[in-house]
Amino acid sequence: MNIFCFGVSHQTANIDVRERFAIPDSALGDSLNRLAQFPSVQESVLLSTCNRTEFYIVTEDSQLAVEPLFQDFYGSLAISELQHLFRLQAIPSIRHLFRVASGLESMVLGETEIFGQVKRAYEAAARSGTTGRILNRLFQKSFHVGKHVRSATAITRGSVSVGSVAVDLAQQIFGDLDGRKIMILGAGEQSERTAWSFQSRGAKQLFVSNRAFARATELAEAIGGRAIRFDDWEEEFRDLDILVSSTSAPHAIVTRAKLEPVLRMRRDRPLFIIDLAMPRDVDPAVHEMDGIYVYDLDSLQAIASRTLEARQQEAQSCEGLIEKHVHDFEVWLDRIAHSRIAPAAIECPRT
Amino acid sequence: MFAAMNWSDRDWVELALISYLIGFAYSVYSLATNRFLTSRITFWAISTGFVFTTLFLFDRGHAIGRCPITSRFEVLVFMTWSMVLIYLVIGSSYRLSLMGAFTAPVASALLFFAVVFSRSEPAARRIKVNPWLEAHTSFSMVACGAFALACIAGVMFLVQERQLKTRQPSSIFYRLPPITALSIANTRLLWVGFILFTVGLTTGFLIGGRINWVQAAWSILVWCVYAGILVARIRHVMAAKWVATLSIVAFSLLLSTFWGIRFISDRPSL
Repeated sequence: MNIFCFGVSHQTANIDVRERFAIPDSALGDSLNRLAQFPSVQESVLLSTCNRTEFYIVTEDSQLAVEPLFQDFYGSLAISELQHLFRLQAIPSIRHLFRVASGLESMVLGETEIFGQVKRAYEAAARSGTTGRILNRLFQKSFHVGKHVRSATAITRGSVSVGSVAVDLAQQIFGDLDGRKIMILGAGEQSERTAWSFQSRGAKQLFVSNRAFARATELAEAIGGRAIRFDDWEEEFRDLDILVSSTSAPHAIVTRAKLEPVLRMRRDRPLFIIDLAMPRDVDPAVHEMDGIYVYDLDSLQAIASRTLEARQQEAQSCEGLIEKHVHDFEVWLDRIAHSRIAPAAIECPRT
Repeated sequence: MFAAMNWSDRDWVELALISYLIGFAYSVYSLATNRFLTSRITFWAISTGFVFTTLFLFDRGHAIGRCPITSRFEVLVFMTWSMVLIYLVIGSSYRLSLMGAFTAPVASALLFFAVVFSRSEPAARRIKVNPWLEAHTSFSMVACGAFALACIAGVMFLVQERQLKTRQPSSIFYRLPPITALSIANTRLLWVGFILFTVGLTTGFLIGGRINWVQAAWSILVWCVYAGILVARIRHVMAAKWVATLSIVAFSLLLSTFWGIRFISDRPSL
């Protein structure tokens, strides 16, 4: 038996090409059944996400012709589209799956969403009955590898986007965000993304204020918050825990002089200000005040960049762990190959 | 078997010191290498150390027929035991998120001094028990444990605060509890310590005999410092950062004057 992995990913093809190969969730069952009709395919799993469409195939054919199979599967493909295909066989395909499940092949190194996507792809294939002894074992092993890499290394630690970094910092200041009062000041694209990050981490008391009140209402409804008129936002300052500011004001609208009287009424409660505006909405001197922490775009971006660098360094440790698991799987493949009576056993070329 | 090996109850303390040092060393290793496996090793090392100190206190208490706080050595062991006891009951949220890494070195340092000082002190002996003295010293010691933990929470708060203010959070930042939780823990531990210390101070007046006014004045000074911190906290006239700083300063004062004042002695301190 031979294990093949082929397809397109963000490393081999741009989004225009990947769209052409993508298989929507609704079509996954049919696609698996259609793939199972190919005489050379014994077992199969299809993994299709926004960054990759990958075919995992077990076949007796050690020289499986991938391009014709692709042509037949997709109907018709241009030669220029086929040149974006990658093709792995045996050990490299096993290593590739382990790396994918661990987030090492992801566009954002170490991201965790891919783990669930691999799991769902395997479950869909198992439901369709297209997996067998080898792919069952391989995918189960990949889940174990993914968990091991994430728990034993710092590959997933920290955040690599401005919004997530801001929410991480908020959680290190306040802990649970559930009861925290968060105001989104200015309903631009950046603040909207940050608002969604807060909402996805359990924040419930979200307030949106914008010069155009209709836009504030629209965003507030979308994130399950409440809209406040722009003239009234300062009145909310006393009870506020987090301020996400991204207005187009030409000068600082949050200043030390404005905050000092409010601070006395806040009774030592910390205030976290995320200034996403350019020019900045918050006077830098505010950061020097006790209990107030101001982070602007540059400081958030710097943390995100450092996290990414740390993840890249950590990737070396991950490779070592993955190699050990690849070896274990290789041993298992050898064992079942030798346990077969027929000489046409498992071919596992070490390419 | 222990008798054949010339086993003494002080060996429990040395074993406890080794356990705390292991916890401390593992925490340093874990932080230095960025390994995020678990801090449970630190927790178990500290728990093992706690068991050894408990065994010492049990053996020594049995031998002298009273609470074993009759010498500097015993006081330091009892203080360590009190601090670790409060650490163990304070809750998993603090315990498993690095408080152990901060507790282990303090426990190691206290026991190290205990082991060093024990060599120059006379062997334990049976003496007449005064229940008020027992209550006074034991409440005061447990209060010291709470103040030590408040100091540790204060250090953790200041570490978090500094990382937030410099805008350069390192790996330790994401492992420490949230800064608001540390502030709450700091205040609660100050309250626990203050209440216990007040009970200890009050029972000191009931011991009877001649009052050592130097020790009394020192105890009242420490009580006033902690009372001042808590009043400032209640009235919100002091930022959490300064409360954390003062809880470290106050505990340092308590420890530094410990060697100059005979905090615990066969004679009543008040």
